[in-house]
Amino acid sequence: MIRITVNGVARTADPAGPESLLTTLRDRLGLPGSKNACEQGECGSCSVILDGELVCSCLVMAADADGSEVRTIEGIDDHGTLNAIQEAMVGAGGVQCGFCTPGIVVAATHLFEANPHPTEGEIREALAGNICRCTGYGAIVRALTAVAGTEAS
Amino acid sequence: MTTLVRPGIVGGVGTSLLRPDGIPKIKGEFAFSSDLEAEGMLWGATVRSPHPRARIVAIDAAPALAISGVRTVLTQDDVPGSGHFGLERPDQPVLAFGETRYWGQPVAIVAAEDHETARRAADAVRIEYEVLAPLVDPAEAVRLGSTFRTIEIRNGDPDAHGEIVVTGEYEVGMQDQAPLGTESGLAIPDGMGGVDLHIATQWLHADHEQVVAALGLPPDQIRLHNAGVGGAFGSREDISLQIHLCLLALRTGRPVKMVYDRAESFVGHVHRHPARMRYRHEADRDGTLVRVEADLVFDGGAYASTSSAVLANGCYFAVGPYRAKSVHITGASARTNNPTAGAMRGFGAPQPCFAYEAQMDRLAAALGMDPVALRLRNALGTGDRIPTTNQVIVGSLPTREVIESVAAMPLPDPETADDPRSLPGGTGLTTPPGAVRRGIGFAVGIKNLAFSESFDDFSEVRGVLTADGLELHTAACENGQGMVTVLEQIGRSASGLQRVTVVFADTSKIGSAGSTSASRQTQMTGGAALRAATAVREEALRRGGGDHLDDAGVWRGGRLVAPLAGLLGDGPIEHLERFRHPPTAKPDAFGRGDVHAGFVVAAHRAVVDVDPELGLVRVVRLDTAQDVGRALNPLSILGQIEGGIMQGVGLAVMEEIVLEGGVMKNASFTDYLLPTFLDAPQVEAILVEQPDHWGPFGAKGVGEPPTISSTAAVAAAIRDATGAPINRVPVRPQDIAFGSPESPVTSHQQAKSPRPRS
Amino acid sequence: MDITLPRDLEAALAAAAAAPDATILAGGTDLMVGVNYHGVRPSAVVAIRRVAELQEWEDRFIGAGVTYRRLEAGPIPGLAQAARTVGSPQIRSAGTIGGNLGTASPAGDTLPFLAAVDASVVLRSTAGERVLRWDEFITGPKRNARGPGELIIGVRFPDRLPRRQAFAKIGVRSAMVIAIASCCVTRDEDGTTRVALGSVGPTPIRARRAEEMISAESRPTEATLTEFSRLVADEVRPITDHRSTAEYRRYASGVMARRLLERVLS
Ligand SMILES: Cc1cc2nc3c(=O)[nH]c(=O)nc-3n(C[C@H](O)[C@H](O)[C@H](O)COP(=O)(O)OP(=O)(O)OC[C@H]3O[C@@H](n4cnc5c(N)ncnc54)[C@H](O)[C@@H]3O)c2cc1C
Ligand code: FES
Ligand code: FES
Repeated sequence: MIRITVNGVARTADPAGPESLLTTLRDRLGLPGSKNACEQGECGSCSVILDGELVCSCLVMAADADGSEVRTIEGIDDHGTLNAIQEAMVGAGGVQCGFCTPGIVVAATHLFEANPHPTEGEIREALAGNICRCTGYGAIVRALTAVAGTEAS
Repeated sequence: MTTLVRPGIVGGVGTSLLRPDGIPKIKGEFAFSSDLEAEGMLWGATVRSPHPRARIVAIDAAPALAISGVRTVLTQDDVPGSGHFGLERPDQPVLAFGETRYWGQPVAIVAAEDHETARRAADAVRIEYEVLAPLVDPAEAVRLGSTFRTIEIRNGDPDAHGEIVVTGEYEVGMQDQAPLGTESGLAIPDGMGGVDLHIATQWLHADHEQVVAALGLPPDQIRLHNAGVGGAFGSREDISLQIHLCLLALRTGRPVKMVYDRAESFVGHVHRHPARMRYRHEADRDGTLVRVEADLVFDGGAYASTSSAVLANGCYFAVGPYRAKSVHITGASARTNNPTAGAMRGFGAPQPCFAYEAQMDRLAAALGMDPVALRLRNALGTGDRIPTTNQVIVGSLPTREVIESVAAMPLPDPETADDPRSLPGGTGLTTPPGAVRRGIGFAVGIKNLAFSESFDDFSEVRGVLTADGLELHTAACENGQGMVTVLEQIGRSASGLQRVTVVFADTSKIGSAGSTSASRQTQMTGGAALRAATAVREEALRRGGGDHLDDAGVWRGGRLVAPLAGLLGDGPIEHLERFRHPPTAKPDAFGRGDVHAGFVVAAHRAVVDVDPELGLVRVVRLDTAQDVGRALNPLSILGQIEGGIMQGVGLAVMEEIVLEGGVMKNASFTDYLLPTFLDAPQVEAILVEQPDHWGPFGAKGVGEPPTISSTAAVAAAIRDATGAPINRVPVRPQDIAFGSPESPVTSHQQAKSPRPRS
Repeated sequence: MDITLPRDLEAALAAAAAAPDATILAGGTDLMVGVNYHGVRPSAVVAIRRVAELQEWEDRFIGAGVTYRRLEAGPIPGLAQAARTVGSPQIRSAGTIGGNLGTASPAGDTLPFLAAVDASVVLRSTAGERVLRWDEFITGPKRNARGPGELIIGVRFPDRLPRRQAFAKIGVRSAMVIAIASCCVTRDEDGTTRVALGSVGPTPIRARRAEEMISAESRPTEATLTEFSRLVADEVRPITDHRSTAEYRRYASGVMARRLLERVLS
C-alpha cells in the first residue's frame, strides 16, 4: 500500500509488484490522462511532475513513489480553466490525435514554471523527450513561443 | 464552383475553425480506445511466433491455463467461421496454424483477470516449432514467382528514344507508421451471442466485414464503434486485434480489453513497403522527357494486405507528375517471410518519387539544365494524359504552379548558427559550424485521390435536424487529422445552421464511410455531408415555407416563420446520402485506363546542413506548395502538411525497421527513431487553390502529398551538399561519409537561385 | 515484492545486507524498462533515491545518486556535456551516474569521461568499503564487479581533473539517442592527453597509443593530428549492429577524437 498526493489530494493505492506509477495512475487511481505510448521513457506521453521534477511515470516504480507528490495532466489546469499553455496549443492547432498532448502540456508547464521566457531553442530542447507523430511540432512550437513572448530564435 | 458560403455563419468552410475535441484532448479527458473499461472486464494477450517461418508442431495451453486468473487460451481450432481475414483477399488466418509466415505472427490468444496475468499466461503457452528457412529476399521471391501482384504498363510510342540517358538504382527501407496510440480495443458481449467492439481503426465497416466472416456470425451480431484514435497513418487499415477481441469476448462471455505494448505494435500492424527500383530516363537535348523505363520490386511480406493496390500506385505514378512519350514500367510485390507491408501515408507513391526525382536531378545535370526548369518543362497539367495509364486529367492539376510557388519562396539565411541545437549532431556536440555544408534539394510528387481501379468507393452521411441544430451521423473514423472539424464546417456552410454536431455512429446504424485513408475523407464523407446538409436545409425551407434557415428557424422576407422545433411537428427531418466519386475502371492488359478518380500534386524544397565527414544531417527547412483544390480549413491543412513532412523527413534520415533474416532488430522507440522537436525543420507552406471537379467546394484531400516528395527533397539536398549518390533512404551516416561522389548532381549555385524559366 | 525506502546510507546498507539479492533502484530509467519489457520481477527492492549521502557532490567525489540534471549544470565540462546528451529532460531528472555505472552499458554516456580521468568507483557494504578503478569495476558489456549487498556510493577522481575536457556523441537524431559512438578527450597544461571512447567496444576504451603520441606534441601539426586520428581508429573494437556498422564506428571514432582534440587545444 502506498500513500501519494495526486494533484493535491491524498490517495492510497496498492500497486502490484514493481508496476509503474503510470499503471497505478491509469488502472488503479482512475486517472487515464497520462498516456502509455511506449513504456520505455522514449515518448514522454506519460510525463508527470514528481516532487517537482519532470519524469516519465512509466519509469517510476509506483512503490518508490510512496510519500511523494505527483502532478498529472488532470491537475495541471488553472483552477478549472485552461492554463496559458493549453489555451495556446489548442488555438494554434497543436492538437491532432491528442495522444501526445497530455505529456506535452505537463512538460511545457514544468518548463514555463522554471523559465517563463524560454527561447525557441530552449523550448525545443526541453521538449525533445516528447514525441508527437501528428503535428510535426510546428504548431506546438508556435503556441509555446507565443506564450514565452520571445521571438523565434 | 458552387458558392455555399453563407453570410452570418461563423466557422464555415474556408475558416480555420478549431477542432471540437481540442478542449477534452488538451485536458487529458478525451477517451482513447486504450482508456476504455467495462465492469467485469478481462484482459487479452497474444502469443506470437518467435520465428519468421516455422511449422507449428504442437501447442500446449495447459501451463497457461494452470495460472490462477487465466480464463481461456484459444487457437485457430477455436475460430468458428472462415477463420481468415485480409483487406484485399482473406489470406491470413486469425491465428497461425500449420506454418507461421512472419516474425511475431499471432499463434494463440489468452484472456485473464488482469493485464499482468494475461501477459504471463501468453508467455506460458508452450509451442513447439520446427524452424524452416525463411524467404526474405524480395528479388528472389519474384524470381520464384512468389508475388501478390505483378504489373506491366506500356504506353506511348515504343520506339521513341531520347539522346540523353540517365540510369539509377534506388532503395527505400521499411518505415513504420508509429502512431502514438498502440493498437487497442474493448469487446463487450451482449449476452445474446453478439458483441459490441469499441475500436481505434480507420475503417469500421471493413473491420466489421472481416470480423463477421472470420467468426461466421450474422452481420447484425457484431457492432463496431469508433473509439478514440491515437493516430493511424495507415497502420489501422488492416485487422490487428479486432477478431481476437470478439472471439475472446464470445468465448468468455465477459468484456475483454487488449492493448498492445510498443514492441508488439511494431509486429502488430503492416508497414510501408520497402522497395528496390531500377530506372532509365531518356530525354531530348531541350529537356523534353521522352522515355521512362522502370522496374519496381516492393516487398509485400507475408500476407496480401493492400499490396496489390500499393504496388499499382507505385507503378502508375512511377514517372511522377511529368509527361513522357514512351513508358514501360514493370512491378512486382513480393511475397516473403518479412513483416507484412500495407498502407502507409502516401500508399506506394513515396517510393517511386524518391527514385524518379533523383533521376530528374541526374537528368538536369546531364543536360546542364536547371532542375526546376527541367521539371517545369515536363510538368503535367489538366488536359494532359497520365503517362502510364494514358488517362486524361479532367480535374485540376497545378503541377506548374506548385513548382513555381516553391521555387519563388525566399531561402533561409545561409549562415549556420553556432548553437548545437541547430547543427548536425545536435546536442551530441559532434559538429562545429565550420564542418557544415549547406545543401538544397527540390522534389515534386503526385498521387491519386480516393480509391481506384473500379473499387466501389462511397461514403454515407445522415443529416438529422433536431431542435438543437443539425447532426451529421457518420461511421467515418477521426484519426486526429481533423475530419470532424471539416464536416462541421461543411454542415454549417451547406445548411445555414450554426449548431452542427458530428455524431459517430456504429456499424449497425449507418452504412460505410469507407476508409480514413487515401486522402479521401474530406472529399468523400465531406461530399456526403454536403449533400445531407443541403437536403436537410431544403426540406426545412419547404416545411417552413421560407427562404432562409438559421439556428432560430425558417425565415421568409426577414421574418421568422417557423422555429426549428416547430419544423419537426410532421416528423423528423432526416436525409441519408451516399456519395460516390466519378467511377473508375480496371486497367487493360497494358495497365492503361481511367483507373483514377482524381490527382493531387505537391512540391517540396529542402534545405539541409550536413556534416559530410561524419555523415550527420540536420534538416533546416522545408518549403512546400501543395495543391489543395480548395482550402476548407487552412489551419488543419497546415497541420497535415507539417505532420506529413515530418514523416517524410523521418524516412529520409532516420526511420527504418532493420530486418535480419525476417526478424526486426529495432522494434522499440529506443531504436526505431522518430524525429523529435529538435529534428523538426521550419516549414513554410503555400496552399495552391484550384478547385477540383468533384470534392465538396472543389476541395482535394490533403493528408498524403506532404509525405510523398518531402523525402525525395531531403535526399536531393543531401546530394547537393555532399556529392554522395544517396540512392537509398533512410540515409545513414556511413552512406554520406563513405559515399563516393558520382557524376555531379545539381550544382549548389543552380539550386540556390531557382528562378523558374519555362 | 518487498521494498525499502531508506533515507540514509546506514539504513540502505542494512537493507542491502538483509537481502543481498535485492535489486537496487535508483532513478529507475534502466531498471523499469526491464520491468516493463523483459519480465524483471524483483522479489526485493532497495530504493535509494532518498538516501542523503548518495546525493553528495564534493570537489573530487560525486555521489551515486547525482542525476544528469545536476551533472548538466555542474562545473565539470566533460561530464556536463555528456549529461546533456543523455535521453530527455525526463530521463535526466531521474537517471543517475550510479545507475549508469550499475548498468555498465557500452553506450553509457558518463563512462568515457570516467575512463578518461581514471575515476574510481566507491562501493560499500556493511562489511566495508572497496574502491575499484573504472576498468576494474566495469568487467564487460553490462557487467560489473559489484558484489552482493554492495552499493555504489559514488565516483572519486584523482587529485585534480584535467583543465580541458570535451565530449561528443554520435547519433542520428539531434537529441534523445543512444550513442553510435562517443568520445571524451582531456588535456592538461603539460600536454598530457587522454582519449576514451564509448559504444565502440565491450567496455569504454582508452586509446593509449594515441594518447602517448599526442601527449608528446606541444603543438600538433596537421600530420600529427591525422596520425592521432588514425591511431584512435586503430585502437577501438567496434561491432556491427542495428545502430551502425563496425566500419563507420571505427572511422567516426577517429574523426570525433581529432575534433575533440582540436576543441581542447583551442
Ligand atoms: C529513454 C531513455 C534514454 C536513455 N538515454 C541514455 C543516454 O543517452 N545515455 C546513457 O548513458 N543512458 C541512457 N539511458 C539509460 C539510463 O538512463 C542511464 O543508464 C541511467 O544512468 C540509469 O540511472 P538510474 O538511476 O535511472 O538507474 P536505475 O535504472 O535505477 O538502475 C540501473 C542499474 O544500476 C543499479 N544501480 C543503480 N544505482 C545503484 C547504486 N547506487 N548501487 C548499486 N547499484 C545501483 C540498478 O540495480 C540497476 O541494475 C536512457 C534510458 C532511457 C529510458
Ligand atoms: S510511455 Fe512513458 S515515455 Fe513513453
Ligand atoms: S497529436 Fe497525435 S501524437 Fe501528437
